[in-house]
Amino acid sequence: MAKDSFAQKVAKTQVWKSIFRHGPPDNARNRAAVIAGNVFLHLHPIKLKKSGVQLGYTWCMGGLTFFVFLALAVTGILLMFYYRPTAEYAYNDVIALREHVPLGIMRELHRWGAHAMVITVWLHMFRVFMTGSYKPPREFNWGVGVILLVLTLLLSFTGYLLPWDQLAIWAITVGSNMAKATPLLGHGGPGAMLAKIGDFVMVSDKNDVRFQLLGGRFVGEAALLRFYILHCVFIPVVVSVLIAVHFWRVRKDGGISAPL
Amino acid sequence: MKDFLNIYTDPVYSFTFVCIAFFFMIKYVEVIATLKFGIGLMIGTLVMFVLCFMDPVFTKNFYITNDNVPIIYLVFLIAWTTWYALYKGIRNDKRMEEGLPPLEATPENREKVWAWPNLVYTELFAIILGTVFLIGWAVFFKAPLEEPANPTWAPNPAKAPWYFLGLQEMLVYFDPWLAGVLLPGLIVVGLIAIPYIDMNPKGNGYYTFKQRKFAIVTYLFCWLVLWNFLIIIGTVFRGPNWSFYGPFEVWDAHKVVAANNVNISEMLWINTLGVKLPSNIFIREIAGILLTLGYMVLLPVFLTKKIFNFKGAVGKVFNGGFLGKYLKSLGWARYSILIFLVLMSLTLPIKMYLRWLINLKYIVFMPEFEFNI
Ligand code: HEM
Repeated sequence: MAKDSFAQKVAKTQVWKSIFRHGPPDNARNRAAVIAGNVFLHLHPIKLKKSGVQLGYTWCMGGLTFFVFLALAVTGILLMFYYRPTAEYAYNDVIALREHVPLGIMRELHRWGAHAMVITVWLHMFRVFMTGSYKPPREFNWGVGVILLVLTLLLSFTGYLLPWDQLAIWAITVGSNMAKATPLLGHGGPGAMLAKIGDFVMVSDKNDVRFQLLGGRFVGEAALLRFYILHCVFIPVVVSVLIAVHFWRVRKDGGISAPL
Repeated sequence: MKDFLNIYTDPVYSFTFVCIAFFFMIKYVEVIATLKFGIGLMIGTLVMFVLCFMDPVFTKNFYITNDNVPIIYLVFLIAWTTWYALYKGIRNDKRMEEGLPPLEATPENREKVWAWPNLVYTELFAIILGTVFLIGWAVFFKAPLEEPANPTWAPNPAKAPWYFLGLQEMLVYFDPWLAGVLLPGLIVVGLIAIPYIDMNPKGNGYYTFKQRKFAIVTYLFCWLVLWNFLIIIGTVFRGPNWSFYGPFEVWDAHKVVAANNVNISEMLWINTLGVKLPSNIFIREIAGILLTLGYMVLLPVFLTKKIFNFKGAVGKVFNGGFLGKYLKSLGWARYSILIFLVLMSLTLPIKMYLRWLINLKYIVFMPEFEFNI
């Protein structure tokens, strides 16, 4: 009998077996087990069509989007250790991140990651369109994707305010002034002035959608707190849930699309 | 050359150039979708960027914030992915004309392979590459941070991050309720509607061009011209007061741009009839209201039903009904949604050209209701 290689020896130890519950993936049985027995890897099917694993087909763009999203979650949590969302501290905390944290590129990673995610999600959508992968039975998953696209942009938008510098508040001021113009619901939008009971104006700058978004009539401290919570808790949770739905449906709709 | 570009990148001209370029891209797609063209495109884009960044003024305006850096990736990736998808599509089209299956359906590619190692290793590779790329980017470019927030002093221009600049550019032509609320909302609704409108069973799960020409051309036009080109205009060609600045032009907050835009109501009553504006707003705006209703109601009818009986080439365009054939294959509901979405996306180029050609400000102008189109 040939002597076991080092890898094979490791694979026979009690520690290895307790973690992976199967030998090294060099035969059919173990290759199935490595995918099926691991909670992360079992997002994948055990076997799939060759056309679907080719980089030239999917460009791995959905996968890269997911990777960047995870990277953003990790760097974002690290940033949260240093950052306090108040008008008094926010800006100084961001400066401190740059000047006092050793090897401080967390903010860079987080910001450039956000830009990268916008690009990868657009290109992913473009790939899905060009391969006609939104056609039956994948119509619904395309819709889930569109919502993910919108949420990705909203994540960027809400994060943009947090450094609390000139770039931040004025970009958000331009953006949130759009909400003011929502038909019927914004006080500067078409039709809002028709909603009157006697002298009582129903839609004003004190209760319209922009007010709800900013927690005030302009981009101030209340807006900072709202955007912080939307950015760090609410939207990421919704995105995570929808990504789970998205991946589940990729599998249930028959895996990566291929000619019928 | 730089002076030439400084003048002709103005959207007044460059938008038309880009539309013409798009037309030729579709017409000569088989030339575009060759390996040679792809390599040429890569080199061309690279040379363009190198030349641009050799110019100090361009570099200064571009780096007004490091947040503009991704625009470089965006331009490369859009050019390359568009070419690549067309390349693969045309290659499959040629195969299918010869009676062969598309490359994705060859027996070899239909075979099943193990996820481990085939897929998992590719993903690992992508993750490592992605990590290296992000860290490199983070080391070489600092995240921007400007002066602390100051609600009393607005920077000029106040730009949103680049991915929203297409929408911000639309504000030049539309009021916020259209540019910032209705049209973006329709983009989202329209995207979700795509799979329910496109009833073409072909091209599901493989690259093709000819089998889905209408869908692909429509999507590419919106994606390349209406979305990304507008982003580039907003990022590179707009300076203080959101005025146009050539790529090699120094930003100067005092640049005076003549703004003498007029409304249709003024054109009708004051310029043409030579009377005062009527005081009843509906009579005042009657021309704009009729035009809008005509566009949203009569034009769809004209596009669907043959109405006139001209002979020859004139008839082809003016008899109407040339989209009628889609009505049969799509049914009423899908067809109306399709026409509605197409007409709504065309409002943007229409409004742009009206602005440039006749200095039109608003088609309907009812500040009494904040209802301006
Ligand atoms: C946070 C954003 C998103 C993530 C993380 C994500 C992730 C993924 C992944 C990993 C796949 C597997 C195949 C691949 O990598 O291409 C996939 C497939 C798919 N995605 Fe996404 N996606 C996102 C957004 C979108 C968007 C914006 C759309 C379209 C509007 C979309 C539509 C689809 C469809 C239809 C499939 C099935 C493709 C096929 O079977 O060929 N997704 N997505």
